[in-house]
Amino acid sequence: MSEYTLEFEKPIVELERKIREMREYSQSENVEIADELKTLEQKAEKLRKDIYSKLTRWQRLQVARHPQRPYSRDYIERIADSFVEMHGDRAFGDDPAIIAGIGKVGDRKVAIIGHQKGRTTKQKLHRNFGMPHPEGYRKALRVMKLAEKFKRPIICLLDTPGAFPGIGAEERGQAEAIARNLFEMTRLRVPIVVIVIGEGASGGALGIGIGDRVLMMENTWYSVISPEGCAAILWRDSTKAEQAAEAMKVTAHDLLELGVVDKAITEPLGGAHHNYDESARVLKEHIIAELDELQTLEPEQLVEARMEKYDAMGFFNE
Amino acid sequence: MSWFKRATKGIKPQTKKEMPELWLKCEPCGEIIYKKKLEENSHVCNKCGFHFRIQSADYIRYLLDDGQFDEFNANISSVDFLKFKATKKYSDQLKAAVKKTGHNDAIRTGFGKMFGHEVVMSIMDFSFIGGSMGSVVGEKIARAADEALNRKLPLIIISASGGARMMEGAISLMQLAKTSARLAKLSENGLPFISIVTDPTTGGVTASYAMLGDVILAEPGALIGFAGPRVIKQTIGQDLPDGFQRAEFQLKHGFVDAVVPRDEMKEKIRDVLEFCSDGAQSSLPNGELSNEEVEKLAAIDLPLAGDLDQEQSN
Repeated sequence: MSEYTLEFEKPIVELERKIREMREYSQSENVEIADELKTLEQKAEKLRKDIYSKLTRWQRLQVARHPQRPYSRDYIERIADSFVEMHGDRAFGDDPAIIAGIGKVGDRKVAIIGHQKGRTTKQKLHRNFGMPHPEGYRKALRVMKLAEKFKRPIICLLDTPGAFPGIGAEERGQAEAIARNLFEMTRLRVPIVVIVIGEGASGGALGIGIGDRVLMMENTWYSVISPEGCAAILWRDSTKAEQAAEAMKVTAHDLLELGVVDKAITEPLGGAHHNYDESARVLKEHIIAELDELQTLEPEQLVEARMEKYDAMGFFNE
Repeated sequence: MSWFKRATKGIKPQTKKEMPELWLKCEPCGEIIYKKKLEENSHVCNKCGFHFRIQSADYIRYLLDDGQFDEFNANISSVDFLKFKATKKYSDQLKAAVKKTGHNDAIRTGFGKMFGHEVVMSIMDFSFIGGSMGSVVGEKIARAADEALNRKLPLIIISASGGARMMEGAISLMQLAKTSARLAKLSENGLPFISIVTDPTTGGVTASYAMLGDVILAEPGALIGFAGPRVIKQTIGQDLPDGFQRAEFQLKHGFVDAVVPRDEMKEKIRDVLEFCSDGAQSSLPNGELSNEEVEKLAAIDLPLAGDLDQEQSN
């Protein structure tokens, strides 16, 4: 599936190419080398396992940004049995960088909100590279309020390089839109399950990211600023992004340790882009398990526990 | 060749005597102002009206009755839990900032009175690592909101911040959630929150409590925005319009209720407080407890809280 090769995947791709060539050769020349092929295939599998078990933070970030990585729509298509997408914030416009709608996952009626990136150049521009404007956050809130009205849980999929820093976004109150969502989401009387499926860049991600359960796919990142942005400010050199990613500790494993997220979801070997269906299946399994647990709580308990969850975040001396 | 050799190694500059700056220059209009005069004028240029950036101590003096500020949680301080190092170590930056400002972090919280109205006042110091919000700012705001809730007092936050503190990674980001959650609870309980926005307020602070006031008042000319102007300029590759993201721009676009000169701020806040409270001298929304009763409660609560905290830290 992946035509795009990450630097650290090159040894695997090279080995796979050799295997392919040998297989072609054996077929055309009628030479029996099945055993050798099998050994090589095992070697390739082991190599992939080795490489993926030792990814640095920066390498994981590359996987999170892989151009073939599944986006919100890819997951929604696979986990939702029905989905009615809703558009517009009823004030200014519709923001294609956030999709929001109502539907069913199995027999559960849910609202689903997600950042949406584009695949082709045209789609990327249409989706503004997954960088929302204020109307995207306001649309999301409108749909979340609808879910609350009909007592349906909310699923949020985070995947954004950040809220868009532009003139129009500022004129229409990017900060206010995000702040409002945080304020409202902390008090919503229905369960919210949040999953970081790709990039979780700062307020742009958190703007639809407050939940009772926050999960991260294995090869994703989530932090207060993008490593590039951090490097540009603290190192005055955006090429120091790799150091910034290491310093800020941005991976699922890091955030699990810091208590920011509740779980890391294992991806298919080689990253979610190697198998969309399997990634979606695992994601769905986790969503359902979390919803099952949250369903047992009364709205008051839910809101109180959510507040306590965020209250506990922070390290200081006293 | 030894005739030009230096007798002592290295260049030793004459030690400069620390001279208190008696005169300050107003950057926008070039006016040279006598420092005392500037202080008398709330640190506002008498020629062009430029509002100089000031410290928490100045706001305490300008806004609270008799400059009385009963600070709480002053001892909470930041820890470098990520062992963060960029060009400098975060732990060194913290030490330097504490030394420079005399405060433990970028916000101070406490009780005070405004024309007799008791309030919980929180004031950010931009001079402490750019007023950045990490665990400590988040925690102190959360506790300030709790004090306001428990004592049924209005909460006021004076913001001045470059945003969330990068050196605490995702934990800083979560402070947006933590503070917003507390403010939502405060609001649900019918208590007023007044947000005062000063120069500059950007990033995570704007995207959380600064924009969540029941009433939002801004100082003239304050830069208020989500993304910083430099980032926006880089992203869109064009110059930004004059006055972009300034308080007046935010007023025009509907994101602040009023732009209020510093010397009128206290009266304006009083007017808001009076709308939100019932009694003439009481800030109690429902008048359930008198000021005296609240003070009595305060006297009981505080030492208890102190004991508990010490126990926990042992």
